[in-house]
Amino acid sequence: MLPQLTSNVSAVADDYSISISHVSKTYRILRQEDTDAYAAEALIKRLKGKKKYSEEFDALHDVSFDVGWGEVVGIIGRNGAGKSTLLKIINRITAPTTGRIELGGRVGSLLEVGTGFHPELTGRENVYLNGTLLGMRRKEIDQRFDAIVEFAGTERFLDTQVKRYSTGMYIRLAFAVAAHLDSEILVVDEVLAVGDSDFQTKCLRKMREVARDGRTVIVVSHQLQTVSDLCSSAIYLSAGHLILHGTVEEVLEEYKRSFARNAPLMKEAAHRPGTGEIRFDEVGVAADITKPGQDVEVEFTVGANPGFGSRFHLSCFINNEDGMVIAQCDSRVVDFWLDPSTDNQGRLKLRTPWLKPGAYTVDLFIYAGGRATDIWEQACHFQVLPVTPYPYPTTPDGTDHGVVYPDFDYSQS
Amino acid sequence: MAKIVITPPGRFSLPKVADLWEAREVLYRFGARDVTLRYRQTALGVVWVILQPLLTALVFVLVFHKVAKLPTGGQPPMVFIFTGLLAWNLFSGIIPRAQGSLVSNRDLVSKVFFPRMLVPLAVVYSCIVDFLVSTVFLIVLLVVFGVNPGFAVLLAPLWTLMVILLASGIGLVTAALTVRYRDVNYFVPFMLQFLLYASPIAYSIASVPSKWRVVYDLNPLTWLLQEFQWSFVRQPLPPLWEIVASIVVPIAVFVWGAIIFEQMERGFADLI
Repeated sequence: MLPQLTSNVSAVADDYSISISHVSKTYRILRQEDTDAYAAEALIKRLKGKKKYSEEFDALHDVSFDVGWGEVVGIIGRNGAGKSTLLKIINRITAPTTGRIELGGRVGSLLEVGTGFHPELTGRENVYLNGTLLGMRRKEIDQRFDAIVEFAGTERFLDTQVKRYSTGMYIRLAFAVAAHLDSEILVVDEVLAVGDSDFQTKCLRKMREVARDGRTVIVVSHQLQTVSDLCSSAIYLSAGHLILHGTVEEVLEEYKRSFARNAPLMKEAAHRPGTGEIRFDEVGVAADITKPGQDVEVEFTVGANPGFGSRFHLSCFINNEDGMVIAQCDSRVVDFWLDPSTDNQGRLKLRTPWLKPGAYTVDLFIYAGGRATDIWEQACHFQVLPVTPYPYPTTPDGTDHGVVYPDFDYSQS
Repeated sequence: MAKIVITPPGRFSLPKVADLWEAREVLYRFGARDVTLRYRQTALGVVWVILQPLLTALVFVLVFHKVAKLPTGGQPPMVFIFTGLLAWNLFSGIIPRAQGSLVSNRDLVSKVFFPRMLVPLAVVYSCIVDFLVSTVFLIVLLVVFGVNPGFAVLLAPLWTLMVILLASGIGLVTAALTVRYRDVNYFVPFMLQFLLYASPIAYSIASVPSKWRVVYDLNPLTWLLQEFQWSFVRQPLPPLWEIVASIVVPIAVFVWGAIIFEQMERGFADLI
């Protein structure tokens, strides 16, 4: 049931598949001691007539935009810009605080691929369960079943429990179900970061097909490359505000410019997102300019918060020029924790992968008690010089492919 | 063209029956999932479903009949007690499973849109399957002990429906509360244990001393248990007001549960 794309002037709203006007989402954040984890506690407080103090946090602030049929819209923005809140509202997972949204049809979501898959169920059972959850009727699933399985390439394992699947198979099957959903609007969040490149190409093709059918696709991605490959327009969100809605080129340009503009501002802890109990004082790279194969060292100092009970850990993203996260260094995986009762100073040493020539940025995070207390994107940056780390240089086609330089050997046996 | 308009929720919202109906297949899939998992994961599967009430019934026969010498309305204690347990297990199976369902399906609730009410309601499926298996076993017991329930048995489905409505209503409220408050987890098993002893499951209501009788008479389970016992083991019907109440109250509790759930639902994705 697709709308006529031609001349429908009488009903203006019907020209758009998504029409968002003045949407805001405000979260009330209660202070720790006001969050009642126990019903008994809440009851006593209510009886005593105790007042709760809360802070308000605008995840989205007066956002308005319209999307036409057949468009592929990319939504970009930093962590905490409100991208996922916007998607959740469009998906009706959470309700807006104010504003109005009109959708021209069903919304299919790839918010998190494989949500609703149960490891103990077989592939076939999961296709039906997941398809139903995404809003398909049994008949629709029956009709598309073969296409779904073929797309995923898991024909032989249909009656195997998915807990025995490899991660790749699991994701392919989950994506296949969602991709065959016949909804008028498709919402995709960061799925393309997974799967092998063949499968990614297949997914991109599928999404273009969806758009060619006159349906609408909304893509959220950190990978600017994906956005520029796939999208016909883009939206840039920052701190809950819509900064720009325009062509992909315009929006990407503005996005990159704003990073450069914001870098000095972000040095002020108060301007950074995160709950704020523990924050970085200073961060920097040991060497602004480095060569492939050399260690990258990130130095940091973290301010003390003696009143804060639990220990905390750090995380660090290394991003390339396209905004793609090429490495994540979470301190938990090496069992590194810090104590907030004193100031802390330390460094992160990244030995591999060998980085390819180009400009890199570093995002740093502090997590305590399951929450991000400091999010410092683009905290520092460095340049990798165009030299090869390998002993025997060759023509560029020998090293062009891949995101990083691997450390490898060949041997004959 | 089906157009969807999303606006901020009002202060008071009623459950959207049309949305629920639209998503009925989700209910079925969830139910099928629970049943499949329940019978696939345990090797003994069906055996457990019979063994559990059977062993409980044996213990109850020993404690209430042999030791405490409580009467069972002139019927073989095993049949009488199994009948009570049939109703009780349906009731006490639905509540805790419904209560924990939202939290254990956290991923779904925070990532996919569908009427959330379907999650706690879907547990009813697997409880009904257990109930039916037990019912078959009860029929075997009736034959073995030579008890003929007569036409009264035809009303058993009605009482069953009422037990389900009552339990689902309570299940909806406790499920919603569990998302916000942790102590509901402790409260529910306690409440069920209390109810187990405050309901005439293993002895006939006639044996309850009259000064305590009023406590029993106010317990909706007492009404439903008497009706079960009437349907299966030839016990007297409860007074008319109890019969009327046993139909009105479960429906009211279910509607109340659904309304409370609907009010609390909007915060789930932000809380869970």
